[in-house]
Amino acid sequence: MIIGLDVGGTHADAVLLSDKKVERSIKVPTDTSNLFNTVLTCFNLLLENIKPQLIQRVVISTTLTTNSVVQKNIDPVGIIVSAGPGIDPDNFRRGNHYYPVSGSIDHRGREIKPIIHGEIEAAAEKMKKDGIKYIGVIGKFSPRNPSHEITIHSILKHHFDTIFMGHKVSGKLNFPRRIATVYLNAAVFSMHKNFFNAVTDTLKQKGLTAPIQILKADGGTMNLHTSMEFPGQTILSGPAASVMGAIPHAPDDKDILVLDIGGTTTDLAVMVNKAPLLEPVGIGRGKHKSLIRALHTTSKGIGGDSEVTIKRGAIAIGPDRKGPAMAFGGNTPTPTDAMIYLGIMDAGDKSLAEKGMAQIASKLEISPQQAAEAIFTKTCSKIVELTRKMVERINSKPVYTVHEFLEGYKINPQQILLLGGPAPFMAARIEEISGIKTTVVPMSSVANAIGAALARTTCEISLLADTEQGIESAPEENYTETITRNYRKDDAMKTAQKLLEKKAIQSGAIEENLELELTEFQEFNIVRRFSLQGKIFRVKMQVKPGLIKGFSLAS
Amino acid sequence: MLKSDKKTGLVFFPAFDWAIDPTHPEREERLLYTQDQVMEEGIFDINGITEYKPELINADDIRRTHFCVPDEASVTTESHLISAGGAAAIGRAVMEKEIDNGFALVRPPGHHAMRIVHGGRGFCYINIEAVMVELLRQQYGIKRVVIVDTDCHHGDGTNDIYWHDPDTLFISIHQDGRTLYPGSGFTGELGGPNAKGSNLNIPLPPGTGTEGYLYVIKNSVLPAIEEFKPDIIVNSAGQDNHYTDPLTNMNFSAQGYAELTTLLKPDIAVLEGGYSIEGALPYVNLGIILALAGMDYSNVVEPDYHPERLKQASNVTDHIKRTSDIINNYWKKRHEMREKAGANGTIQERHREIFYDTDNIFERQKERIRICRECAGALEIDSQAMPGSRIMAVHIPLNACHACKETAYDMFEQAKTTKKYSKIFLQDRPKDEYICF
Ligand SMILES: [Zn+2]
Ligand SMILES: [Zn+2]
Repeated sequence: MIIGLDVGGTHADAVLLSDKKVERSIKVPTDTSNLFNTVLTCFNLLLENIKPQLIQRVVISTTLTTNSVVQKNIDPVGIIVSAGPGIDPDNFRRGNHYYPVSGSIDHRGREIKPIIHGEIEAAAEKMKKDGIKYIGVIGKFSPRNPSHEITIHSILKHHFDTIFMGHKVSGKLNFPRRIATVYLNAAVFSMHKNFFNAVTDTLKQKGLTAPIQILKADGGTMNLHTSMEFPGQTILSGPAASVMGAIPHAPDDKDILVLDIGGTTTDLAVMVNKAPLLEPVGIGRGKHKSLIRALHTTSKGIGGDSEVTIKRGAIAIGPDRKGPAMAFGGNTPTPTDAMIYLGIMDAGDKSLAEKGMAQIASKLEISPQQAAEAIFTKTCSKIVELTRKMVERINSKPVYTVHEFLEGYKINPQQILLLGGPAPFMAARIEEISGIKTTVVPMSSVANAIGAALARTTCEISLLADTEQGIESAPEENYTETITRNYRKDDAMKTAQKLLEKKAIQSGAIEENLELELTEFQEFNIVRRFSLQGKIFRVKMQVKPGLIKGFSLAS
Repeated sequence: MLKSDKKTGLVFFPAFDWAIDPTHPEREERLLYTQDQVMEEGIFDINGITEYKPELINADDIRRTHFCVPDEASVTTESHLISAGGAAAIGRAVMEKEIDNGFALVRPPGHHAMRIVHGGRGFCYINIEAVMVELLRQQYGIKRVVIVDTDCHHGDGTNDIYWHDPDTLFISIHQDGRTLYPGSGFTGELGGPNAKGSNLNIPLPPGTGTEGYLYVIKNSVLPAIEEFKPDIIVNSAGQDNHYTDPLTNMNFSAQGYAELTTLLKPDIAVLEGGYSIEGALPYVNLGIILALAGMDYSNVVEPDYHPERLKQASNVTDHIKRTSDIINNYWKKRHEMREKAGANGTIQERHREIFYDTDNIFERQKERIRICRECAGALEIDSQAMPGSRIMAVHIPLNACHACKETAYDMFEQAKTTKKYSKIFLQDRPKDEYICF
């Protein structure tokens, strides 16, 4: 049996699954001041009268990282960056202990200027004096050549125990995001470690010895060991859990939209043939831009409890939530009140909902019935509008080859899957407005926990091969090997697959769940003075986000 | 988060799957390392910089600028339509005021493509700047346009297309034609009788450095632009004047290019040539982007940048000053020169020979223009390509006066009466029509 647990901002959902069905599901309020207690409560409830030895897998998603970043409850981090020519690295400053140093590597990974040891030693002394324990080391173009980061690391390791390096977090190029990502990993490391060590110890005491997996923002999992190197990847795992929970109900070979309609916000995601789309570079939201692999989700301030107001003579929904619906004792009218008044939803105090509708109606000089109808329609059409915009954004993403420009895949949603509390009451209207078949995910209130439980272990590798320099390398994996001039595409693919399988197994994957996918392949000539000097190969391969095999919960 | 001063749009279309041939300078990975640099710097995450997807232009868009023989599809590939569409996307975003300025980093280039296209010249088939400018003129009603071509090669294609147009000030700054392809662009090439002085060609001697480039920008280009009062400024931003370029002999640098961009303040920059794909393009393109966005570019330098080694010789400096004086003198006398060019209403002839190096075609043209004080003048071109066919192309300019329209239709009808031409084209810009007979 499997346990899936998703600790959200207001409540925690947990499920116990057998290979046929959901055996138990629970929902408890989140104690934000003590997430550990919340996790413990969930396990106690799920494991009541269950032999802990029967549990084969445990997957946990928490808001631990997200919360600590929002509340600025993180450790001070010392950052050393080696940038070389380009934008002044001072623009990417993170924290108060930020040291730009000499040294530069170019886009081909060639050393242009060396690291100066004295500068590193001096920075180390200052950071030690400031009581810094966690260090990040980031070099520009380190995914092309990590030697400078490794040199700096080798100097610092005499002074500090915990050092995170940029080339380990991603093979993608984006220096500012690499800095932000390393910083995040270092800043939440001790908190992450303490929390999960405590969880593991407690579960062991209960006799539960199955390996713990932790959900990441890309909808995949990693084991504890891997999470200690990349704790930042747990940020924003909540929205990913819900998307994963929709997969059992997604049709094959179709593009679908997944909408998680909550009280305050609606989260949107897109799936192609049961596989959710990923952000191209990493988490892209506002201040959190990073190289952390994440599902492509958009969140907008519209939900069942959104505040309904009149703006310039028209009904406006959201983006704020001022409290619960009036039918549940709140002070501002909401879409939930409209649905209760219209009889679409049977909950709360209908007379209070009516009061809310009357408030709006009097301002517009219409009847409460008309007001409720207008609010409900407006809410649903606004949500449909969001989905349309998201699809448009994805389809207008720039591409870099003639082939992709002309033949590139275009998302064409054929079904909408709804999750979240208000979802069942809105499905029919959303279908009517969008003209797209709309269904509600069964057990949608714990779909997030189911999604976490069944998520497979994911990871990605990047391989570079340069026949002019005679090297193939995957800096993230500490891999370098010499190659000959006869090296070809097949060789690159073989190495990439080998490295990816190894990494996945080390992160806790089981062989049968390794669904590999080539995400990028480029092959270029190196030409100088009109003659061919060699070839460059760039390969990115991933274990696709998806569900583990052997569990059929589809309705 | 990093924020730019100006709202800047970028189209990045490296066409990683298109090449003239695998070891040709105009090949797949030309923008690969530029992409790496731009991605690594996090350019697309800067608040104020937006990436646009190229549009796909169509035959109608090409027909406002070119006469393609035998037709558009035969002389272009999709990559040309996307490349021109990249420039168009930036142009449109500027006109819609979504951005303050923008840069189309696209390939293949276009500034050697002339009005009549029998094939490829200097790696170019259609003129991406001209196609964009004519599209903007059609859809946004702009009139006065400045195009400053800073590619190291003479922008002879753009020069040809706007040779007779007094509403387009075309300025090309390039390595002296006696020392580099295409061998044209001397100071005396000033435009046709109706547009004398609206083509300014500024040849620079081999060995010109940043100092020389900035000298002509400050002393000749900017004063002319100021007097011309354009609606938009376009920069054909070729980067083969870089000190590492394998095809040329100049000493320009990323710092110089960024400073030039800051001075010129183009609304739209379009990448042209530039074949030092590892040592120059990543840095020059980054410099141009930051300069357009109004951001600090002081630390954008090539790995082997030593300004003292790139210092311009004093005889080169003197030569450039003299050239700049010559240009300024022509510019001052442009109205006078147009008056002297011929009597209003008469027809002037020009004979030319054009070589298409990329496709090995030789073309002979006889051009006839109506001298007109009111418009750019009715124009016909009798063109024979070898190998290829003989065609007649008649052009009615956008601002054509009544008499020139009449003349152009007469030219078209007259051509139809002979059997000399395999095709006869009429490009009617005021009606936005293109007739192929
Ligand atoms: Zn050139
Ligand atoms: Zn006229």
